Amino acid sequence: MYFQELMLKLLEYWGSKGCIILEPYDVEKGAGTMNPHTFLRALGPEPWKVVYVEPSRRPADARYGENPNRVYQHHQLQVILKPSPEDVQDLYLESLKAIGIEPLKHDIRFVEDNWEAPTLGAWGLGWEVWLDGMEITQFTYFQQIGSVNCDLESAELTYGLERIAMYLQDVDNIFDIQWNDRIKYGEIFKQAEYEQSVYSFEKANIESLTTLFNMYEEEARRAIEEGLVLPSYDYVLKCSHAFNVLDARGAISVTERTHYISRVRNLAKLVAQRYLKKREELGYPLLNKGGVSNE
Amino acid sequence: MSNKYLLEIGVEEMPARFVKSTLEQMKNYTINLLENERIEFEEVKLNSTPRRLVLLIDGLAERQKDLKEVVKGPSKKIAFDEEGNPTKALEGFMRGQGISLDDIFLQEHNGEEYVYVNKVKEGKFVEDILKENMPNMIKSISFPKSMKWGGKNLRFARPIRWILSMLNDRVVEFDLEGIVASNITRGHRFLGSSHIEIENVDEYVPKLKENYVIVDANIRKEKIKYGCEKLAREKGGNILQDEALLDEITNIVEYPTPIIGRIKEEYLELPKEVVITPMKEHQRYFPVVDDKKRLLPYFITVRNGNEDYIDMVIKGNEKVIGARLEDAKFFFNEDKKEPLENCVERLKDIVFQEKLGTLYDKTIRIQKLAVKIGNYLEVGEETAKNIERAGYLSKADLVTKMVDEFTELQGVMGREYAKISGENEITSLAIYEQYLPRYAGDELPTTTAGAVLSIADKLDTIAGCFAIGIQPTGSQDPYGLRRQALGIINIILDKKLNLSLGELIDFALYIYVEENGLAFDYNQVKGDILEFFNGRIKNMFIDMGIRYDIVDAILATGIDDVFDMKLRADKLNTWLNKEELNDILQAFNRVKTLADKSETNEVKRDLLVEKEEIRLYETFNIVEEKVIASLNKKEYDKALDYMISLKEPIDSFFDNVMVMVEDEKIKYNRLGLIRKISDTMLMICDLSKIVSK
Repeated sequence: MYFQELMLKLLEYWGSKGCIILEPYDVEKGAGTMNPHTFLRALGPEPWKVVYVEPSRRPADARYGENPNRVYQHHQLQVILKPSPEDVQDLYLESLKAIGIEPLKHDIRFVEDNWEAPTLGAWGLGWEVWLDGMEITQFTYFQQIGSVNCDLESAELTYGLERIAMYLQDVDNIFDIQWNDRIKYGEIFKQAEYEQSVYSFEKANIESLTTLFNMYEEEARRAIEEGLVLPSYDYVLKCSHAFNVLDARGAISVTERTHYISRVRNLAKLVAQRYLKKREELGYPLLNKGGVSNE
Repeated sequence: MSNKYLLEIGVEEMPARFVKSTLEQMKNYTINLLENERIEFEEVKLNSTPRRLVLLIDGLAERQKDLKEVVKGPSKKIAFDEEGNPTKALEGFMRGQGISLDDIFLQEHNGEEYVYVNKVKEGKFVEDILKENMPNMIKSISFPKSMKWGGKNLRFARPIRWILSMLNDRVVEFDLEGIVASNITRGHRFLGSSHIEIENVDEYVPKLKENYVIVDANIRKEKIKYGCEKLAREKGGNILQDEALLDEITNIVEYPTPIIGRIKEEYLELPKEVVITPMKEHQRYFPVVDDKKRLLPYFITVRNGNEDYIDMVIKGNEKVIGARLEDAKFFFNEDKKEPLENCVERLKDIVFQEKLGTLYDKTIRIQKLAVKIGNYLEVGEETAKNIERAGYLSKADLVTKMVDEFTELQGVMGREYAKISGENEITSLAIYEQYLPRYAGDELPTTTAGAVLSIADKLDTIAGCFAIGIQPTGSQDPYGLRRQALGIINIILDKKLNLSLGELIDFALYIYVEENGLAFDYNQVKGDILEFFNGRIKNMFIDMGIRYDIVDAILATGIDDVFDMKLRADKLNTWLNKEELNDILQAFNRVKTLADKSETNEVKRDLLVEKEEIRLYETFNIVEEKVIASLNKKEYDKALDYMISLKEPIDSFFDNVMVMVEDEKIKYNRLGLIRKISDTMLMICDLSKIVSK
């Protein structure tokens, strides 16, 4: 199964289960959870069901395109089911069948794993899903987002698309994944991997990025004071990415690290609180929509 | 009485580490409930798989036992009128109790006759009591971490998806936040049916077995153990035994099928731990070893399912472990490119603790402290050199690629990379041994250099944390200081080291002042650390079976040499068993009480007047000399024998001599004598702390 088919099949499957299919969010980020369609929508009492692919940047994981398993940017397929349905595990397992993974032919396990994102003030309990010993999905019941308790707990499913594709295509190197019948993963991304690695580890201007971080932080604060939740959140994401680059660049000591993280977390908290207030003022428009599903 | 009640809580995969405590809580709650509610039962049995927690009550009564009680009514005077007819008051009482005149009887109470009735409160149906209480039982279970889901007002380790609740052949219905108990259960996630109707409690286990679920954890465990060992034997080896791993695997599969996979031979050239760690910690595989505990190129894992398509599962697992070991090999080869020594500089970039500096600062402190301890112990030139070198290299492996990826390998990689870098055997081993013991009951350092380095590393952390005010409180102990203190004590006892804790703490704190310019209230901090150690020592000695009062008696001497304390405790333990002590202890109690009133232990011979005090003084002078001689030979029991020979002169002193006389000189002289005796006793132990039988 080609990489693009894998994405399409999963989008289609979850679309058929009542999820709205969205495009990735256009601000750089480290994980699908940071997309406002997850981070914000997981808050408050309104139901929500969504699926999207999120290209996720992790500067510290960059390897100049030389490591067969690790990359600067990978693709997460993210599903949010809020509230988590009774049969959420079965729905998930059925999605594996949709991409040709027949549970009876494998060993599929739910292995305890508690997810935590300190910069977002977010955590949840759940599992890594193992396919014959390999982690292919992170399965989490959100408990807190933006340091705020979740009113209506969501299930978050994050598929590691490259891992799954490598397994399905039986290749040992991420760059050998067939994107379609003619183009390989490496042919699309290898140059980006190399350049982003050079940039993250060697060339990023520490001073400029530090200044940018401070400016983004200030802009996020200013926007939230104006009551503008989404613009403010964009700058929280920018802060987080600037921090990630600085961290990869080795510009942040361990003590500073905790400090930076708490600065981003405080912003995320402000945004989360403001978002909730706004939704309340709006009368929770999605409350009686059964999410966006017509099931 | 052959009723059986079965409760199955159907959950999404429970974390294995929660299972034991969860089952215990369920059992305790249920037994308490049955006992409090006067319900007879034979046995409460618990079982579990990752997807179900199962409670079975066997030999359960139909009803609660009746409650017999005697109810007191009005007095006879009030209950009957002059003609002996019931009054309104009595009628009211009988109505209230639902009884007639035939049921009552009279009995005296405090000199007056009262109306009484024997009442039998009929026991409720057990079924009703279970219905009412099982939801509470489920809600009462606590977990290290719990969660909410889907907007339900319920917390559990993972979501509860179904509940089966049956008494023999009928459902004991209840509703737990919208989850309705029924007689439906589910089989293995892939191999079994997701809708199994149970008609009778006895059917439960066999029906689940048909659906690929082995409910009994012991049977699963045996199956896993036997199956894994068999596979290993076929390859001429054995599994690397690990009871904790076996238990964990038992609790993550419902239908275990052990399988064996291969790894490339070349990975066996890596240090053994580098292969074992990803297998065990990351993949929950059993490594396979030969008779000499050398690794063989296999691993064994347990599939949650049957034999179908087993080759595909094996191939998948081989690929996963292969990728991990390939990573490890890469890290190993990269790390080997430079000598371990080169890593030390890079420790300057890593903060150990904000106020306590970087890991490089810690390295230098450990090195200095270890050298000081070595000198103090007079370890000899060779060992001293090894200690100094191992101290310098102690934390270097923390910046290697391998430890960055596999943090569990700290120390192990230090040892391996040191050897490769040409460091000698002892230095290399000491780097590994600095982390020992890692947990209660773990191995201890085998080399002197390792023991000294381990003490230095731990003491540096303890001293530093106390100096900046991070002390363990209650359940809070973020730096694991208690464990580290216990580690130090264990090493000292094991190696029979004579060390003064006070001096060790001085060394450690002094280095902080000298190296880091750390400012703190020196005496306060030192006192706190000593007290902290005394707390650990006390707990540990008591755990070793030493009486708590003996520990107190020894701690009261102010001795801070742990090994010597243990020696005294052991001697005192046996000594106290053989002696008739009550009278003796009483004598020394009086001595200690009075001694505390005196500020000096000066005695002037010419101020002694009474013959009893002169006799006590002279006997004491002889005894003191013998006691000190025994103490020098560490013959604490002999010293005590000498000491108690003073009992008779002490008693006659107290019987015949008045201490608190008006003449101040004489009074203080007598107090001084008592104090002198007490001080000598305290050189052995404080007998006044011993609780007489």
